Amino acid sequence: MSVLKVENLSYTYNPDMPNAVKALDNINLEIEEGTFVGVIGHTGCGKSTLISHFNGLTKPQEGRILLDGKDIWTEWKDIRQVRFSVGMVFQYPEYQLFEETCYKDIAFGPKNMGLPEEEIDNRVKMAAQFCGITDEMLAGSPFDLSGGQKRRIAIAGIIAMMPRVLVLDEPCAGLDPEGRELILSQVKNYQQTTGCTVILVSHSMEDIANYADKVLVMEAGTVYNYATTEEVFADAENLSRMGLGIPDITKVFLKLKEMGVDIGTDVYTIPYAVKQLLKYKQAKEAAKNA
Amino acid sequence: MLKDITIGQHFPGNSPVHKLDPRLKIVLTVAFVVVLFMSTNFVGLFLSAVFTLSVFKLSGIPLKMLQKSIKPLIPLIFFTVFLNLFFIKGPGDPLINLGFVKIYKEAILFIIVMVCRIIFLICGTSLLTYTTSPIMLTDGLESLMKPLNKIHFPVHEMAMMMTIALRFIPTLIEETDKIMNAQKSRGAMLDSGSFADRIKALVPILIPLFISSLRRAEELATAMECRCYHGGEGRTRLKQLKITGDDIRSAVLCCVCFVIILSTRMFFTRVI
Repeated sequence: MSVLKVENLSYTYNPDMPNAVKALDNINLEIEEGTFVGVIGHTGCGKSTLISHFNGLTKPQEGRILLDGKDIWTEWKDIRQVRFSVGMVFQYPEYQLFEETCYKDIAFGPKNMGLPEEEIDNRVKMAAQFCGITDEMLAGSPFDLSGGQKRRIAIAGIIAMMPRVLVLDEPCAGLDPEGRELILSQVKNYQQTTGCTVILVSHSMEDIANYADKVLVMEAGTVYNYATTEEVFADAENLSRMGLGIPDITKVFLKLKEMGVDIGTDVYTIPYAVKQLLKYKQAKEAAKNA
Repeated sequence: MLKDITIGQHFPGNSPVHKLDPRLKIVLTVAFVVVLFMSTNFVGLFLSAVFTLSVFKLSGIPLKMLQKSIKPLIPLIFFTVFLNLFFIKGPGDPLINLGFVKIYKEAILFIIVMVCRIIFLICGTSLLTYTTSPIMLTDGLESLMKPLNKIHFPVHEMAMMMTIALRFIPTLIEETDKIMNAQKSRGAMLDSGSFADRIKALVPILIPLFISSLRRAEELATAMECRCYHGGEGRTRLKQLKITGDDIRSAVLCCVCFVIILSTRMFFTRVI
């Protein structure tokens, strides 16, 4: 059963104006429960517009968004409930922090849900744990923290609402490699523990290859491809044409193949690359010994 | 919702209205406002309307924009109507007499004139910002206010402040929109609840907005210093403002229109 379904969705910015832009053009999409979906696409291809439809921040001009098979806009008063089920982490989420302490900021979402005090406390602690936030940080002001730490507070603020679908719009933009790794592995850990669905928008093919089960490729407001990570990256030629590229490690293997090394090119992550290389080495040694 | 704010919006174009020298455009706009408030009869108002609409047509800006710029002022218009309807008294008998409320013929005429004036005022002035880029606008203002330098009025600083303020209107609107979306995603109730609730709901938006404005101000100040900005003295321009023959012709044409509109005062009876 798909948790989110998009039917014939189209959206135009500034309709009937000279500067009208068609951002989404008849999108059809089904996202299965519990998958980690990576969304890639060139800047301006409609990724952000698409995801802002998922939790009802943008009302579809044409088409429908179905959450658990129910149109989210049939009862527009329930749109808040939709927003609690589909948690949205925006680009640079650290700019949304406002409370005196990190604890209060993380509690903002659960409080709006009208949960009892005890439950809020549990959730804040749970979210803090998932995001690697210490008790000391929780008691302090969010404005004293570093950029990466602030971002983890902001993500914890969404996780504390325990959404069934977690949408992250480039959560790693502007972070150092260690910070990226930390945030993404925490998100992955959260997904595996709770079995929720994660939608991750990213420009880093490495991040997508490392974490996503399925990849949605968007081009000029349309869905170019929606398939498993392996299938998507196997189409390296078209991805490069779109200016998206493939993970660096895949490039290395493609080059090896080109140089005459008999090796598979379906390699997208480092651990798998190491395995493949070892296998190749063993096969070569075996051939030598024989 | 916030996207509806059109103040300071600029529509690049290539029409004669766009090309007109900003200084002349500012002076003509001010003159138009004066003319508008001096036209006291319906013929004059009608001619002003024709004038505004033809300039709009000439600029190539869609009429829909006009509607958009009037929309936020509808409450103000209603307020004017409401106040004037009950408080203006005429010499004759009231049209409607409900005892404590008396509505006179003069009041209704006055309202019609007033509403027309407000609408044309908005049209005329928004045309100025639609067709002039903020930089041109402040360049024009700076150039117009230059004589004030003699009395040590900081003209350049004023102009720079205006440029920056205008430049940041769209940025701040976008920023507010983003923050609102982020807080809405966390279940903030921005469009429902009692008055007190709504005021409280503004806190999660205003605090991040202030913080980011301060951050932006600091970044901009640093960036300006890195480019050795030190105020107006000895500063030259990339684009020099120059009045061409076309500018003079357009200005004369507008002045002729204004004179015609004003001359109706002599031939038609005043309404108010």
